[in-house]
Amino acid sequence: MADIDFNVDDTVDITDVVCPVTFVKTKVALEELDDGQILQVHINDGEPIKNVPRSVKEEGHEVLKIVDNEDGTFELYIKKVGD
Amino acid sequence: MAFTNEQLERYSRHIILKEVGVKGQKKLLNAKVLIIGAGGLGSPAALYLAAAGVGTIGIADADAVDLSNLQRQVIHTTNDVGRKKVDSAAETMRAINPDVTVNTYHEYVTSANILDLIKDYDFVIDGTDNFPAKFLINDACVMAKKPLSHAGIIRFKGQLTTIVPGEGPCYRCIFETPPPKDAVPTCKEAGVIGAMGGVIGSLQAMEAIKYITGAGDLLVGYLLTYDALKMEFRKIKLPPRGKGCAVCSDEPTITELIDYELPACELKQGNEE
Repeated sequence: MADIDFNVDDTVDITDVVCPVTFVKTKVALEELDDGQILQVHINDGEPIKNVPRSVKEEGHEVLKIVDNEDGTFELYIKKVGD
Repeated sequence: MAFTNEQLERYSRHIILKEVGVKGQKKLLNAKVLIIGAGGLGSPAALYLAAAGVGTIGIADADAVDLSNLQRQVIHTTNDVGRKKVDSAAETMRAINPDVTVNTYHEYVTSANILDLIKDYDFVIDGTDNFPAKFLINDACVMAKKPLSHAGIIRFKGQLTTIVPGEGPCYRCIFETPPPKDAVPTCKEAGVIGAMGGVIGSLQAMEAIKYITGAGDLLVGYLLTYDALKMEFRKIKLPPRGKGCAVCSDEPTITELIDYELPACELKQGNEE
């Protein structure tokens, strides 16, 4: 997990659930954060990595970075926008 | 209050919605809605509110389930004929969603009990089938400043409006007094297409959900009418909150609740539709 030039405030693992609960768990985790805080999401390849970042952006949050763990999972970094 | 995994899954389609989200679902779980009448309108309203996770639902009705109800009162089943409607409705709601606390009131609403009935609720749904009840519910909600969904159905037609006391017109701003007896047929005499209750009662549930979550615009100041035969919806702008309204104006002339007389043929039917 190199090249991360920001502090992560919270993490959530959504590799144990399928769509749409992936996004639901992400939303619930974001809910706990304040404006500008950063959430790290452990996420599966395939449908989740295609859909969750897009849905997060549609809600107005900022996707800072997506890191490929090269094991079928990714780390998704989201900056919360709004309260 | 944190969601359990089961709740996250149950309400996932709500939580995904930007307009509802985590906050909106929590509001629903903390909300209290009173449904007056477990009939054609109250049945679908109760089903959708229970499914939505409205945390406390009150249901008031003095009647028992009759075979002739089942064509439209979809919360009851054939096995429920003869049971109290409130018990049958409560059982269905609890089976749909164990998160919901159901309070049952096996009684007609009257000037003597209505203020006590509505006082603990955030929103009231009028699912009654007669004018005395509709005027009573309107007046009580105005006096207690409770938001209300009013609706009525007959034959192939339905209508509804949302009343938020102080923010828009009330039922009495539109209709000053109940119509003369026998001027208007009851739906028992006139008939009603069963799915009409589904359409209009579901819209009442929608208004309650929007009020609770704050999503979108309510039907305050508008009457929505539906003509199923012509397949037409009309959204009619109502006049502003009446200066002359007997109950909701700043100088009301009605300051006590009135029990209008129910036409004799409606007595058996009571609180439903």
